[in-house]
Amino acid sequence: MFISSQSSAPSFRDFTLVMPAVAVGNVGQLAVDLIVSTLNMSRVGHIHTDCLIPMAGNNPYASSKEDGEELHTPAEVHSLSSLHTVCLLLFSFVLPLFKLQSKTKKFRQLLVSWIKSSGFSRTVVLSSSHAYQRDDQQLQGTPLRYLVTPSLLKGSADALKELGWREMERVPAFPGLTDGNTEPRLCIPGGGITKGLYTDSCKEDLPLAVLLLFCSEGDNIPDAFALANHLNDWLHLKQPNKWKIPTSWSLLFGNGIPPALF
Amino acid sequence: MATFFGEVLSVYSRAVEEDDDELDENEEDEQIRRELEEKREVHLHWSPEVSESLKSGNKLQCSDFILAVGQNASSFLSVHILSTPNWDTIGRASAWNERSRAVTGQSCEESACVFYRHKDNPTVLICQVSCYVAEDQLFQWTEKVFDCLQLRELNVTVLSDTSVADYKTADYLGGSSAPFLRSLHTSAFGDQPVCQSLEQPNIVTGLAAAVLNHCQVHRIAAVVYQCYSDVIGPDSVTMETYKPVLIKLGRSIQLDPSPSTDALRKFVRTTDLQSNLYI
Repeated sequence: MFISSQSSAPSFRDFTLVMPAVAVGNVGQLAVDLIVSTLNMSRVGHIHTDCLIPMAGNNPYASSKEDGEELHTPAEVHSLSSLHTVCLLLFSFVLPLFKLQSKTKKFRQLLVSWIKSSGFSRTVVLSSSHAYQRDDQQLQGTPLRYLVTPSLLKGSADALKELGWREMERVPAFPGLTDGNTEPRLCIPGGGITKGLYTDSCKEDLPLAVLLLFCSEGDNIPDAFALANHLNDWLHLKQPNKWKIPTSWSLLFGNGIPPALF
Repeated sequence: MATFFGEVLSVYSRAVEEDDDELDENEEDEQIRRELEEKREVHLHWSPEVSESLKSGNKLQCSDFILAVGQNASSFLSVHILSTPNWDTIGRASAWNERSRAVTGQSCEESACVFYRHKDNPTVLICQVSCYVAEDQLFQWTEKVFDCLQLRELNVTVLSDTSVADYKTADYLGGSSAPFLRSLHTSAFGDQPVCQSLEQPNIVTGLAAAVLNHCQVHRIAAVVYQCYSDVIGPDSVTMETYKPVLIKLGRSIQLDPSPSTDALRKFVRTTDLQSNLYI
């Protein structure tokens, strides 16, 4: 649950929540990293839950030695009041273990409950999906897709139309089988809790949007930049110049090379 | 994924697959899940005196809680602190998981997670954890233990073993640099750590991380000293790496700064040979 790191609990009523889903390439998490780092958002609390694997580290957004030694936990909430925007940061993974022990459902319920009680005006989930599972149509054009709940569509239809984004396609349950009774369904392979969160939000009538990129595991930094830029085209969080890369992005592919190797 | 050299590696994505089983669990699944949860539950077994006290609503008075995670950290405390006859065993924790096994010669009473209390200064508690606590048990272990402690003016020190292979640095670490210490502390920790702070992008995981998380959100002063070693198993050089911490611990408890060779030998055994491939 949410625990404030300030003396009193902050109010998020009518704020926009931007949050990642732990998904293929960790693109959503990297994009949120860029947003928090560039906008210099400050931490206002933690989500303390048994659903996430524990980890701890020093400040991943440190700009100097002075603010380098600040402990960060698996799920934190950062805010920028001037933009009425809150970011949920996820530095860890939801406990999967065995299917029967999966905490993903509990974590989704926790998130939905927190979103409802906080009164966010809208929630944007940044996510990704396996590029290799696209069908023939999805292979063409932009890899960006969006989804929006009916509740959010009411207020954002015009903006979304102007942006010209493509809505995530429904796909047949059994591709190749012509069965008139099979409804095409929403499928976000590699998207983690994205689909579940979206369907839960539709049921609960929450204003929520999903912004995702088709991608593969690898160097996903360009994907993170792309997703952050698309989000910025909609929310106008900053002037379109450079995003600030956080210090935690160093050594993403391992240590320095041992000289003895050569 | 594709690497910089062009080869394609098959990589397991850490993204959990979407829940295709939105179908409700059937009764059998639910029963299996409940049984698994019960089996994996963390249990605290306190001495009768402590149990009585906790039952009547009195938490354990605690000014200093020292937690050792790993064989070298535990052995360090055994050699330098627990070797004096001033400690009572007041409890143990059990957490069954896939790595739990009956060790030859060890009865279930010889737990790998034991709590000690100082006889003369009963607000000082030590816990040695030399068993594996699984990822799904870490949060529960921490919540249950801290639920028993009174938290006002509590200071927590965690000594934690880890492999130098997990340490990320731009400059290649030669063989001579390990073992070494790095620290991580909560915002409420007002003292000066005895070693360098853990640099980005390194992180702490496991029980040390779970304790730090708990202390951070509940504003408890806590510090983790993580020892990076290139040796698997108990090793006297790795143990001695924790020595700078003695300066801080010595303020609240009596310790043995120079244990005898016999004392050290007792805790440093030859690792059981599982393979002679690299001898």
